[in-house]
Amino acid sequence: MALDTLQRDGFLTTRLDEVINWSRKNSLWPMPMGISCCAIEMMATAAPRFDISRFGSEVMRFTPRQCDVMIVAGTVTFKMAKVVRKIYDQMPDPKWVISMGACASSGGMFRSYSVVQGIDQFIPVDVFVAGCPPRPEALLQGLMELQRKIAGDRTIGRLLHGEPIRIPAPALPPAQSSMEGLSS
Amino acid sequence: MTNQEILEAVGAAFPDGILGHGEFREDLTLLIRKEDLLRIAGFVKRDLGFDLLIDILGVDHFRAAGRFEVVYNVWSLLHKRYLRLKVPAEEEHPVVPTVTGIWPGANWHERETFDMFGIRFEGHPDLRRLYMPDEFEYYPLRKDFPLMGIPDSLPLPRR
Ligand code: SF4
Repeated sequence: MALDTLQRDGFLTTRLDEVINWSRKNSLWPMPMGISCCAIEMMATAAPRFDISRFGSEVMRFTPRQCDVMIVAGTVTFKMAKVVRKIYDQMPDPKWVISMGACASSGGMFRSYSVVQGIDQFIPVDVFVAGCPPRPEALLQGLMELQRKIAGDRTIGRLLHGEPIRIPAPALPPAQSSMEGLSS
Repeated sequence: MTNQEILEAVGAAFPDGILGHGEFREDLTLLIRKEDLLRIAGFVKRDLGFDLLIDILGVDHFRAAGRFEVVYNVWSLLHKRYLRLKVPAEEEHPVVPTVTGIWPGANWHERETFDMFGIRFEGHPDLRRLYMPDEFEYYPLRKDFPLMGIPDSLPLPRR
């Protein structure tokens, strides 16, 4: 098969990793975990002026089962941490997490008994976005950083070697607090 | 109705019910005995027209005698003025009768005060924690509670 035949018939040769990573990184569907004020900036990021759809991430899904990246935007209390973890566990692999703002990343100004001092204590975080709140541009840069990270992923190599994309989440201990009253 | 008239009306109805009184920014505060709380609360609502309960809060004075205090802020839609009732509660087992029978809106305010200070409201229909998880064992707004909490008292999901 000569090269000119290939070109005439519309073939393209590449690495499988490139194709998979390219398709993954350009349609990251966010799970908007908007817990407090940072969520307003996240909404602004989705609005026309900043337009997160330029990066393929405009499809904010409120069901974790359709999401690729969880944007934790807000102050995570200990009580809420269980909910955040539960939603994270419901997202299908591969999945990523952006920790948006000072509160989610470190507890922020809420240095107190009720606020988790950084969500990386209970979920793996890929990108931390600084700010209180971060401007929409900062969130977009965080998203681009994540895209860069995904682009460099050894997806196939890891599949072949049986390495999981993520260390599988350990089974959660049975819920100790009854959150039922909140949802019913 | 002036503060003086309120004070005199309550004083006339409960001659030894008022332990003390004060005024701040034109609002009257009455310090009353726990035993009289229900009757005085009923009186100021029914006869003086303080029909709207704004808030209930707890205070931890962190002193030997009379450590806790429960404060009731009530508002009269008729007279357009505030009245503040304060009730002391002792340190060991702080218990105060509930005013949910008088102002139904007291329900969640009392739950919050219970959650934060551990003050129990006797006769409350549903005295559960409001903010903190049910299994939490401490009362975070007490002065002897550390700012950063008690380690491992609030379990996180494992990473
Ligand atoms: S980082 Fe600032 S803006 Fe964001 S949730 Fe915390 S307090 Fe609100």
